[in-house]
Amino acid sequence: MVEHRPLTDFIAYAVLTLGVFIVAFPVYLALVASTHDAATVVGGHMPAAPGSRTLENYYRAIFVGGARTSREPVANMLINSFISAIGIAVGKIFISILSAYAVVYFRFPFRKTAFWIIFITLMLPVEVRIYPTYKVVADLRMLDTYAGLILPLIASATGTLLFRQFFMTVPDELLEASRIDGAGPFRFFWDTLLPLSVTTMAALFVIQFIYGWNQYLWPLLITTQDSMQTIVIGIKKMLVTTDELAEWQLAMATAVLAMLPPVAVVIFMQRLFVRGLVQTEK
Amino acid sequence: MEKSTVFNNRLLPYLLLLPQLVITVVFFYWPASQAIWQSFLREDAFGLVSEFVGLENYQALFAQPEYYRSMLTTVIFSTLVAALSLSIALLFATQADKNLKAAPAYKTLMIWPYAVAPAVAGVLWFFMFQPSLGMLARPLRGMGLDWNPLLNENHAMMLVVMASVWKQISYNFLFFLAGLQSIPKSVIEAGAIDGARPVRRFWTIIFPLLSPTTFFLLVVNVVYVFFDTFGIIDAVTGGGPAGATTTMVYKVYADGRLGGDLGGSAAQSVVLMVIVIALTAIQFRYVERKVQY
Repeated sequence: MVEHRPLTDFIAYAVLTLGVFIVAFPVYLALVASTHDAATVVGGHMPAAPGSRTLENYYRAIFVGGARTSREPVANMLINSFISAIGIAVGKIFISILSAYAVVYFRFPFRKTAFWIIFITLMLPVEVRIYPTYKVVADLRMLDTYAGLILPLIASATGTLLFRQFFMTVPDELLEASRIDGAGPFRFFWDTLLPLSVTTMAALFVIQFIYGWNQYLWPLLITTQDSMQTIVIGIKKMLVTTDELAEWQLAMATAVLAMLPPVAVVIFMQRLFVRGLVQTEK
Repeated sequence: MEKSTVFNNRLLPYLLLLPQLVITVVFFYWPASQAIWQSFLREDAFGLVSEFVGLENYQALFAQPEYYRSMLTTVIFSTLVAALSLSIALLFATQADKNLKAAPAYKTLMIWPYAVAPAVAGVLWFFMFQPSLGMLARPLRGMGLDWNPLLNENHAMMLVVMASVWKQISYNFLFFLAGLQSIPKSVIEAGAIDGARPVRRFWTIIFPLLSPTTFFLLVVNVVYVFFDTFGIIDAVTGGGPAGATTTMVYKVYADGRLGGDLGGSAAQSVVLMVIVIALTAIQFRYVERKVQY
């Protein structure tokens, strides 16, 4: 800024602190609720400070499950969430780095067509075509499987576009040099292009991990067995009983556990996250 | 832009493309064409016989008052969420852009809600405003307001909007901050030398230079409200009360699943596809060229 006055700085700090407070408040309440017993939470007079039932609540949520709602323990849901989120991230990176390599470094008939076939998928998120996709997955007998959770969500163009954009910035001289050294397409990809793409891959991984972890509608439709539920679905199902019976303290403990991995990713890999966000949305 | 040096293999590029093309065709083109085809069919109650009915599903759809209501709900919902989350995020971003020592820390503290699942965000906000036990609902009721998002349509909409805005602020903040930081300081200094005060500099220099970012975010926010808020709505209100928070995407889900009207649901899918393609076209036509990071 041009002028530096104590007052403007003070206002800025005040506004931002208020903002951080608003942003954090719902999560703080969930944290507090997850440390009290059921009666305190349901009574509506929950204190603003954490209670003493932390270990018990989290132990019950993770390993035992709800008493009244007969829900699966969260440990299993966490495993399902991890498998599908990592599967989506790795799967998308794998298929899109290969297709981007083909589109950028080769000339072949129908190259433009292939690119457009992939590109169009950018326009239609899975929410728009849920039932037909559900039917396809059911016909392929993929309901209640990890393949069913993962594959339909990696059918999109974002990764391909990202890698294509990155490959375009790789200097041509690198390829010429490799070819003079006698490297074929495999050697060039493995020894030169892949090491250069590590940051782009990591950025895409961060974004796709969060995307996969937070999926809701798709897992809701295709998982019928409790053993295949992801944690995001699990929370919602804990609350479908009538409000008096819902075990809010366990639901909130589960919510905290569901937020932890993706939020940790954003905070600890902030640079990669910002980079991935800016590049994939472009 | 094309590479000048390339490989000449004939088969290899097709093999490299194969995994993505197979997944795209099986899980994207096949279902999408099924949706279009299904929108011209009517199935009997058991899903055994289906007959070709032409545009009947579309006619039935556009004769439904509920469909226009879901359109209106979607418009109100997206306008509120986009307007609120953009302006709040812009306020925070302009403050964080003032060379503060703690600006990076504030940035970290501001962006993490992006990682919270929409459905979880919905549950958090529902917990705060649940009429009997919500920490914030009790003071509202104490003030004599009959706050009940489970029964009152406006309250339900307000709650869904608040949860959606809360989740979207982080994203908008990040892009606004990047946009603000890319504005050359010399332009702002020139304005200051000419005697323009900070507020005036904001509206006559910074805000116009920020317009590509704003426009980009506007489109992204509308797309966000269309699709990513499904989890919030399902967790907070389930589309109710009395359909007050049923957006177009939610109706596709509700009609197909609970109502079992697959033909009507498919017709709605097709209408949505057209809308999204139009939005994407706008985004690429106008945004792609102007936005610089």
